[in-house]
Amino acid sequence: MSFEILEPGLSTTVQDRGRLGYYNVGIPQGGSMDQWSAELANAVAGNTAAEAVLECTYLGPRFRTTEAAVIAVGGAPVDVKVNGENREQWTRLELAAGDEVSFGFLQGGTRFYIAVRGGIDVPLVLGSRSTYTLGSLGGFKGRKLEAGDVVPVGPSAAGNKGLGGIDPALRPTYTRELDIRVVCGLYDHRLTEAGMNTLLSSTWTLTPVADRTGLRYSGPAIEWKPRQQPFGAGSDPSNIVDAGYAVGSIQIPGGNEPIALHRDAVSGGGYAMVATVISADMDLLARSAPGTQTRFRAVTMKDALRARADLKALRHRLWGN
Amino acid sequence: MSHNIVSPLPGLFYRKPGPGKDAYISEGDRVESGQTIGVIEIMKQFSEIRSDVAGTLTSFAVEDFGAVNPGDVIAVIEVGP
Repeated sequence: MSFEILEPGLSTTVQDRGRLGYYNVGIPQGGSMDQWSAELANAVAGNTAAEAVLECTYLGPRFRTTEAAVIAVGGAPVDVKVNGENREQWTRLELAAGDEVSFGFLQGGTRFYIAVRGGIDVPLVLGSRSTYTLGSLGGFKGRKLEAGDVVPVGPSAAGNKGLGGIDPALRPTYTRELDIRVVCGLYDHRLTEAGMNTLLSSTWTLTPVADRTGLRYSGPAIEWKPRQQPFGAGSDPSNIVDAGYAVGSIQIPGGNEPIALHRDAVSGGGYAMVATVISADMDLLARSAPGTQTRFRAVTMKDALRARADLKALRHRLWGN
Repeated sequence: MSHNIVSPLPGLFYRKPGPGKDAYISEGDRVESGQTIGVIEIMKQFSEIRSDVAGTLTSFAVEDFGAVNPGDVIAVIEVGP
């Protein structure tokens, strides 16, 4: 069974929980940008959390199913249409062979997820079905979908009907004003006290330069400590001798426009990382649409670990294990 | 009858295909169905915005280099033969 792609949308890729364990050799973890939304869609479709889904960015695809299928659409609010008729998000949609699925305009956020019972059945590459487009790796031929693609769907596991719906309290929220928690470092000592205050007290506007690699913000200039740049570092005070980049780390090339690295981040480079978004808030970052007014709020490592544990507990509740 | 061309995407709206080039279309010009009236840049991709009707482009509702969100009106077209 498969989905025939009639129109690909802006950037529709196969994603799953990610390709962990290869960042040290430059291959990012990847995976669904908004992991929680993808997971909820899987739960409704009758999958486990591991099945691959379609991540649709801003403009969704139009596709036809070759056989009967059960799908669920989660994530950013969008009109879902089957054969031109409106259907609901966050609920099980039963498709008949030949049914055509399409989408309206996004009403907020950035990405929505199509889960299909059985999962998108592309080959595993380094343990994951996620598409890493910059490396032409994984997913459907290592790239975003194109018109004419025939995307394979896996056989469904017997007995899992999926959740009847998702409690609205568990669904993602979309806002134009966002607080993102960060842990300072590793290179916060490169900023002056005033520079650090500017980073943590200003409201940053998300620019349209935001994709799976990172999100670029605009706002006031940030002050760096003057120093004699060491051998191997570039000439700008925001340059360091190359170092590994943490996923979620925030760099400020030139002292303007902080960039928060996301799931397809490059694994290293020569910009000082002044703070790192906590793992529990990476999905919030992923849902941010251009123009979102964002504040970076410093928390302790203990707070970050507690938030991570809370999210893990929520996952256990969702999956009942 | 006037018809709104609505943005399907967020991003930056450009009226020209590139710096130093002529605008795709000017206010008051005749427009055909399917004709490109501008492009939107998002995630390093440029998506052409096309008119879905024929007529006269009476006004742009977004300035050149302006930020748009999905559902925003980009241009108004007076539908005509």
